[in-house]
Amino acid sequence: MEESADGKAKKAGARLCCLCHQKKAVLKRPKTLEQICRECFYEVFEEEIHQVIVENQLFKPGERIALGASGGKDSTVLAYVLSELNRRHNYGLDLFLLSVDEGITGYRDDSLETVKRNEIQYGLPLKIVSYKDLYGWTMDEIVKMIGLKNNCTFCGVFRRQALDRGAALLKVDKLATGHNADDIAETVLLNILRGDIARLSRCTSIVTGEDGPIPRCKPFKYTYEKEIVMYAYFKRLDYFSTECIYSPNAYRGFAREFIKDLERIRPRAILDIIKSGENFRISTSTKMPEQGTCERCGYISSQKWCKACVLLEGLNRGLPKLGIGRTRGLNNDDKKDTKKTNGTKSIESKQCGTLDF
Amino acid sequence: MACSASACQSNCYKTQQEEEEDVKDNNNTNSFAANISSSNNNNSNSGLCLKCKANKPISSNSDGGDDARFCIDCFRGNLFGKFRFAVNSNAMIAPTDNVLVAFSGGPSSRVALQFVHEMHSKAQKNFDACRDRSLPVFGVGVAFVDESSVYSVPSNETDKVIGDVRLIVENLAPPSKELYIVPIESVYSSDSGDGRVRLKKLLDAVSDATGREDLLLHLRMLALQKVASQNGYNRLLLGSCVSRIACHVLSATVKGQGYSLPADVQYVDARWEIPVVLPLRDCLAKELTMLCRLDGLKTVELIRSPCTGINGLVSSFVTLLQEENPSRECTIMRTAGKLIPFHFNKIEEIDDSNVLLATRRRQKRYNLKSNESFSSESFCFICNSPLSRSDLLSLKNLESHKTSSVCCSSCQFQILPQDPSSVNELYTLLPEQLFARAKHDNLDHYSALREQIQDCLLSEGEDET
Repeated sequence: MEESADGKAKKAGARLCCLCHQKKAVLKRPKTLEQICRECFYEVFEEEIHQVIVENQLFKPGERIALGASGGKDSTVLAYVLSELNRRHNYGLDLFLLSVDEGITGYRDDSLETVKRNEIQYGLPLKIVSYKDLYGWTMDEIVKMIGLKNNCTFCGVFRRQALDRGAALLKVDKLATGHNADDIAETVLLNILRGDIARLSRCTSIVTGEDGPIPRCKPFKYTYEKEIVMYAYFKRLDYFSTECIYSPNAYRGFAREFIKDLERIRPRAILDIIKSGENFRISTSTKMPEQGTCERCGYISSQKWCKACVLLEGLNRGLPKLGIGRTRGLNNDDKKDTKKTNGTKSIESKQCGTLDF
Repeated sequence: MACSASACQSNCYKTQQEEEEDVKDNNNTNSFAANISSSNNNNSNSGLCLKCKANKPISSNSDGGDDARFCIDCFRGNLFGKFRFAVNSNAMIAPTDNVLVAFSGGPSSRVALQFVHEMHSKAQKNFDACRDRSLPVFGVGVAFVDESSVYSVPSNETDKVIGDVRLIVENLAPPSKELYIVPIESVYSSDSGDGRVRLKKLLDAVSDATGREDLLLHLRMLALQKVASQNGYNRLLLGSCVSRIACHVLSATVKGQGYSLPADVQYVDARWEIPVVLPLRDCLAKELTMLCRLDGLKTVELIRSPCTGINGLVSSFVTLLQEENPSRECTIMRTAGKLIPFHFNKIEEIDDSNVLLATRRRQKRYNLKSNESFSSESFCFICNSPLSRSDLLSLKNLESHKTSSVCCSSCQFQILPQDPSSVNELYTLLPEQLFARAKHDNLDHYSALREQIQDCLLSEGEDET
C-alpha cells in the first residue's frame, strides 16, 4: 500500500507533486501520505475545511462568529483560515477573537501576547474574559488552594462558562473552536474508557449546544493535528506552543499517546474513530441527563446549581472538595439513592482533565 | 499518567472502598471484589476468606489483588455463578441442544470447557437418577482449530499440541465428548486443490498486517461454523472474556466499525448459521488464568506469532490501562453494552413445546430489546458484520463479479487490495463458502422483503434474478 509507494519515491530522488504534477514534492501529507508541494497542500487543506463548512452548513451570511483564541496553533490557524475563506468564498461573516485568561502566570500571560499580536495580524477584534473578573479567582489561586489534583476540573468548567459569557458580551451568534480530528478521536476514546455514554453520544457532533446559550461548532473536526502544525509551520504563523503547566497528569494523555502510535501504523484510523463515534447508537433506555437552569446564576445545568456555581461555592467557603466526588455537596441534599447509575450523576462528575463538550 | 482526580466517577482513580461501593451497582460484570460490602474491611487482617469467612484465602497479602482474599471455593463458585447466570438467562443451552465448545488451548476456553463439563456431568447424573428419563442431556463436542500451517510450525510440535488437547478432552469424561481437530485450511472444500497452498497465497495477497490477522480470525470462525454444521451441533460456545471483548471494542472503534460493534459484544450472536454464545462474557482474563492455576486446569501453549499492527497496539494499550485501574476492562465493556444490540443478538424464542416451559419463560424475560422490528441488515461477506447505511451507499461492490459480495469499508480497506484487478484475483483465493453464505443471507433477506410487499405485487413474472 502506501509503504511501497514511499519506498519507490525515496529511490527515485526528486519527485513531482502528485496533485499538480508540476512542482517538486516537499512534504508528505499526514492524512493521506500523498507527496505534494506546498501550494497544493495549502489548497487541499483550505478546500477540505471549506467543504466541511459548506456540507455541514456551519455558518449563515451575516452571522457574527467568535473564534475561541488561546494563542495556540489550533486557534491561530483557525483564525487565519477562517478569515481567508470568509474573504475567498464570501461567507459574509463578522469574525471576532475571544480569549480566556485563566490567570496562569508564565503560561497564559505569554499566550495572550500571541493573541494580541493575532488581533493586529489578522485584523480581527479581540475580547479577553478573565476568571478573575468572572469568578473572582485565578487558576494560580485555585491551585494554591486545592493543589494539583482536580485543577483541570475547575479550569474546564470555568472556561466553558467564560466562553459563553464572552460570546454573549460580544453579541455573537456562534462560537467556533479549534478542536481538531485528533482531539475528537481522543474524546471518543476517553468516553469509551470512562463509561460516559451521555458524552459519547454528543462528542462527535460538529455543532453542539444549539438549544443552549451559544451554539458551538468545530470546523476542524476532520482536520489532522499534524496538518495544522504543518500549515502553521509553512505559513510561518505566529503561535504559542507550550503545554499548560498544571496539566501533566491529565488522563487524556493515555489516549493521546495511543492515538499517536496508531497514526504511525494507519493514518486514517483517526478519522475511523470519529466515524465509529458517529455510528454508535445509544440505547434509549439509558437514562440521560435532563436540561434545566441553575438556580443561582441561570446558566444551563442538569442539576439545581450549575457545576461552576458548585465549585465556586466550594472555593469561597474553603471547601475545595465541594462538587468533586460523588454524593456530597449542594446538589444531593435530597438524599438521592447513591446506587443509581443514571446519567444525571455522570454529568455532575465526569469532568476530569478535559474540555467539556 | 494517572488521572489526578479522586473526583472522577469513571473509575480511573478511586480508593479501594469507593471502588467496591461503586461496583455494587453493576450486575456481575466486575471482578469478585465487587460483591462484597464495605464492612469487610474489618476482616482484611483476620486472614479468612472475605465471603464465607471460614476458609483460608488464596493469599493473605495483597499479591493476587482483590480476588486473592477469597478462598478457592468462593472464588471458583463466583466464576461458575457468572457462567451459569449467563447460560440460564440467555437460554444458551437447552436439554435438546448440541453444543460445540471452541477450545484454543488458552485459559479462557479451558475454563469454558471445564464449566461446560461440570454442567454436562451434572445433567448426566440427573438423567441417570431420574426414573422416567424425561430430561435429555445436551450434547457436547470440542473443536480445536489447528493453524499450524499458517505459522509454519514443525509437525512434531503440532503433534504434541494435538496430543495434549486430546488428553485434556479425554479426561473430561464421563460423559464423553467428541473432539474435532480442525485444520484451518479446511475452510476450502477438499475438491478445490491443496488448501494449505491456497491459504498461504491468500494471506500473502493481503498487504496490511492487521488485515491479515483479522482475515485469519474470520476464517477461523468459518472453520468452526463448518465443523459445527457438518456434525449436527446447534450451538457454538466461545470462551471470550471481558478482557478480550474490551480489546475488541477499542480495535473495532479504531477500524471504523462503530456501527457493527454491538453485534460482537453480547452474550448471544445468532447471525451465524450456528448461533455463537459467550458464557464467560462477565469474567476477567486474570480471574480465569488464576482459576486454571489454582485448580490445575491444564492449558496448551500455542505457537503463534505475536499480534502486530493495530490489534497488538490495542492489546498493549488495554494492558496498560488495566494496570493503572483494574476496573478499566469492565468499564469499557459496560460502555459497549449500552449500545443498541441487533435483532440477532438473542436466541430465537422457542415455540417448540418440547422445550421446557421454564427455559422459554426465562428466555422471554432476559431477551434484550433491540430497535429492529424488521431484520433489514445486510452483512459484509468477509467478516459478516452488519453494514451501515453509509457503508452500503459508498460501496463499489456492485461492479464486483459476484453480485452478493457486499463488503464493509473496514474489510475493503485492510483486506481487499487497492487496485480493482487484484481484487478479482483475491476473490479467487477466498473460500467458496464465504460467497455461498453471502448469497444465502441475501436470498433470505430478499425473500423476507418480498413477503412484506407480497400483497402489492401484481405481475407473476417480474423475476429479475
